[in-house]
Amino acid sequence: MDITQQLSAQYPALAGLPAFAGANATTPYLADVQRKRERKLCASLEEAIRQTSLADGMTISFHHAFREGDKVINLVVDTLARMGLKNLTLASSSLLNVNAPLIEHIRNGVISQIYTSGMRGKLADAISHGLMDKPVQIHSHGGRVHLLQSGELKIDVAFLGVPCCDVFGNANGSHGRSRCGSLGYAKVDAQYARQVVLLTDELLPFPNSPVSISQDRVDYIVQLDEVGDPSRISVGAARVTSNPRELMIARFTADVIEHSGYFRQDFSLQTGSGAASTAVTRFLADRMQRHGITASFALGGITGSIVDLHKKGLIRTLIDTQSFDSVAAQSLADSAQHLEVSTNEYANPSSKAAYCDLVDIVILSALEIDTAFNVNVITGSDGVMRGASGGHCDVAAAANLTIVVAPLIRSRIPTVVRKVTTVVTPGESIDVLVTDHGIAVNPARPEVAERLQAAGLPVLSIEALYQRAISLTGEPQAIEFTERIVGVIRYRDGSVIDVVRQVKS
Amino acid sequence: MTLRRSMLFLPGANAAMLSTAFVYKPDSIMFDLEDAVSLREKDAARLLVFHALQNPMYRGIETVVRINPLSTPFGLKDLEAAVRAGVDVVRLPKTDSAADVHQLEAEVERIERAAGREVGSTRLMAAIESASGVINAVSIATSSPRLIGIALAGFDYVMDMQTERGDGTELFYARCAVLHAARAAGIDAFDVVYPDVNDEAGFLKEVELIRRLGFNGKSLINPRQIELLHQAYAPSKEDVDYARRVIAAAEAAERDGLGVIALNGKMIDAPIVNHARRTLQRADATGIRQ
Amino acid sequence: MKIIKQAIAGTLESSDLQVKVSPSPDDTLEIILSSEVIKQFGQQIRRVVDETLSKLQLTAGIIIIEDKGALDCAIRARLQTAVLRGAQCEELNWEQLS
Repeated sequence: MDITQQLSAQYPALAGLPAFAGANATTPYLADVQRKRERKLCASLEEAIRQTSLADGMTISFHHAFREGDKVINLVVDTLARMGLKNLTLASSSLLNVNAPLIEHIRNGVISQIYTSGMRGKLADAISHGLMDKPVQIHSHGGRVHLLQSGELKIDVAFLGVPCCDVFGNANGSHGRSRCGSLGYAKVDAQYARQVVLLTDELLPFPNSPVSISQDRVDYIVQLDEVGDPSRISVGAARVTSNPRELMIARFTADVIEHSGYFRQDFSLQTGSGAASTAVTRFLADRMQRHGITASFALGGITGSIVDLHKKGLIRTLIDTQSFDSVAAQSLADSAQHLEVSTNEYANPSSKAAYCDLVDIVILSALEIDTAFNVNVITGSDGVMRGASGGHCDVAAAANLTIVVAPLIRSRIPTVVRKVTTVVTPGESIDVLVTDHGIAVNPARPEVAERLQAAGLPVLSIEALYQRAISLTGEPQAIEFTERIVGVIRYRDGSVIDVVRQVKS
Repeated sequence: MTLRRSMLFLPGANAAMLSTAFVYKPDSIMFDLEDAVSLREKDAARLLVFHALQNPMYRGIETVVRINPLSTPFGLKDLEAAVRAGVDVVRLPKTDSAADVHQLEAEVERIERAAGREVGSTRLMAAIESASGVINAVSIATSSPRLIGIALAGFDYVMDMQTERGDGTELFYARCAVLHAARAAGIDAFDVVYPDVNDEAGFLKEVELIRRLGFNGKSLINPRQIELLHQAYAPSKEDVDYARRVIAAAEAAERDGLGVIALNGKMIDAPIVNHARRTLQRADATGIRQ
Repeated sequence: MKIIKQAIAGTLESSDLQVKVSPSPDDTLEIILSSEVIKQFGQQIRRVVDETLSKLQLTAGIIIIEDKGALDCAIRARLQTAVLRGAQCEELNWEQLS
């Protein structure tokens, strides 16, 4: 009797254990010095795809940390189309103007379902006009991770562009020509996908560090000429706006923060990426210096202007899930207190802890906000999708003070409306609206309204702001939609909060 | 007492600006039909301003229109448009003498009657832009009950004086003359435009000078300058506290039927009380200086 | 009033509009309106245009309007300017312009 036979004779329950079959029985490549080093490297994208056994009907995923400079999504889907694959579900953390080529692939049946936090440009326009048979699923950043954890979204193959990695797949976003900073979105896909293909334009010596995506999550590696266009991935940090209207709104916002009751030592904040946010950050820095207040952390969406405050010692720690510009990307590489976090750690409501839960003050934008404070960040006033849910509802739900900042009117389009075209973030999560015509406070926060009024700020009811908008622009005609639903807006917990219908041509 | 610290210039031909400028809340908004508008667009600007003046959003702010001189083909038409649209103040450029004001006054009255607007309701402002204007400042300032103020206009004045804009030396006499004329006539005095929008420090230095001299306000060409100016004109906490005590003493004296107001053993007369009222008015408008 | 020569007023900047007028070959009034906010405010803009032109008593001309989200007061002003230029009207009748 050999050993396993003896074992199973005494312990029948252990009958299934296999006998030793050689040191490299399950790792044959270890016998070959070169092979063991290069086994993940694929000569081409096609080869990598073949290795994954990706088949019709499966789910592929991408991240959007390369923003408008991304080349991965279009390249991979083009290749899959050429290889004859069909009916795929595409789950990208977001889709941008540069992804317009996907329209053809949708028409040809390569992609039949999309999960994303947002879309722009021609792709969004086409989908709003009924391009797809199945409605697009719009989720928040945190909500995407929830969908992965709940099992609704099951990624078969994640195609993750990374600025650098080694032969085993240890990758980071803070080094390399195409560097983009935080790989917060990609980290999640690397964790949940059944298989992970890394695409890189810079293969670095082993072992590569820092390690954002670890070798133990990576199946295949493909080297490309370019994963992204550096000039469009990370532009320089936004200059402070000189537009007087934006400056005025930014000053009001800094005033609101200063008198909100949350402006105290070790407060935490999150700002957006627009020009107005940059101005707010600058005004806030002055006030922090004047009052001798420093912040414990800033969360985001990290921009160069936030990094500036970090370097000045005004913000102790930066928690980064996406680096918006090259200054932020550099800071991630340089500063020990600039931390990269996954979207799970950032905003997932079913994560064991999300950083957004402990944010004091967050500044958000809005395409529309209605008199119940519900916010729309996805559909324009013409009913066409052109934005992203992003982290909006995640941080709004969790923060102590959620401030929406927007001009009251954009050209002739009122920002404050009776009812938003699409609800992305519910009014109960929104505390203050700051516009160039004045400030409105959610009636659920009377103590905040009192503080702002006592500080002499122009506080009016949101109804009054709405009336001002309408008195200037006139009452807009209702947009005509067909019955057909083309988009489903998923709240961060996976529930359906609203739908987007097809626009009538 | 109308506060006129900030007068924001808006080019009359710019539709976008006219549609949005009311958010900035300067003390007055001046729609310019003169130097900011090219000859080819005079008619377009006139109509834009005519309609903008009637927009309810401008009702809460004092409106001013700078018309073209009456000697041009445009001036009289500008005046018709402005008065009929309900402008608060008409600003006459290049005022050299009292006669210029009288000529304007006559036309304004004629238009008021024709349009059914209350006669006398259109106020006037005279802009001094030449050596003659400076010399005649007193007679200009006292020429009409409709005048709410006189303004010094820097660019044309320094050209007339054959010099250029510099550190303020070139405006020294003109500023003092215009100021004294305004005070003698009991009307407001306004200082020149500071053209470099990006030079905040230079702007604030000039504002401090003219504020100390006693100017009521200044012409501005960019909304960003409004907040800076208002802050500079805001009284300090000490000023406000003192002003409050003065008013309290004045009110107490009135209640007790006393003819004399006393504070800390010193007699307070009417000019001091008025000054205190102005201080509190400025404090209300801007808040205490930061 | 009739349009007797080609004229143009306004700009294509955001919150403005451009109005081009030209004589009508068959003595009718034709209005061609395009706007960035046609879906939301098309009817309202058309109403303002009709009202403005009828007050001017314009009976003939081709009016081409390209709107970039201008407010009603700018629409009235630009339209009146273009029409007065195209009709070569020097005298302003303020009742017609209000």
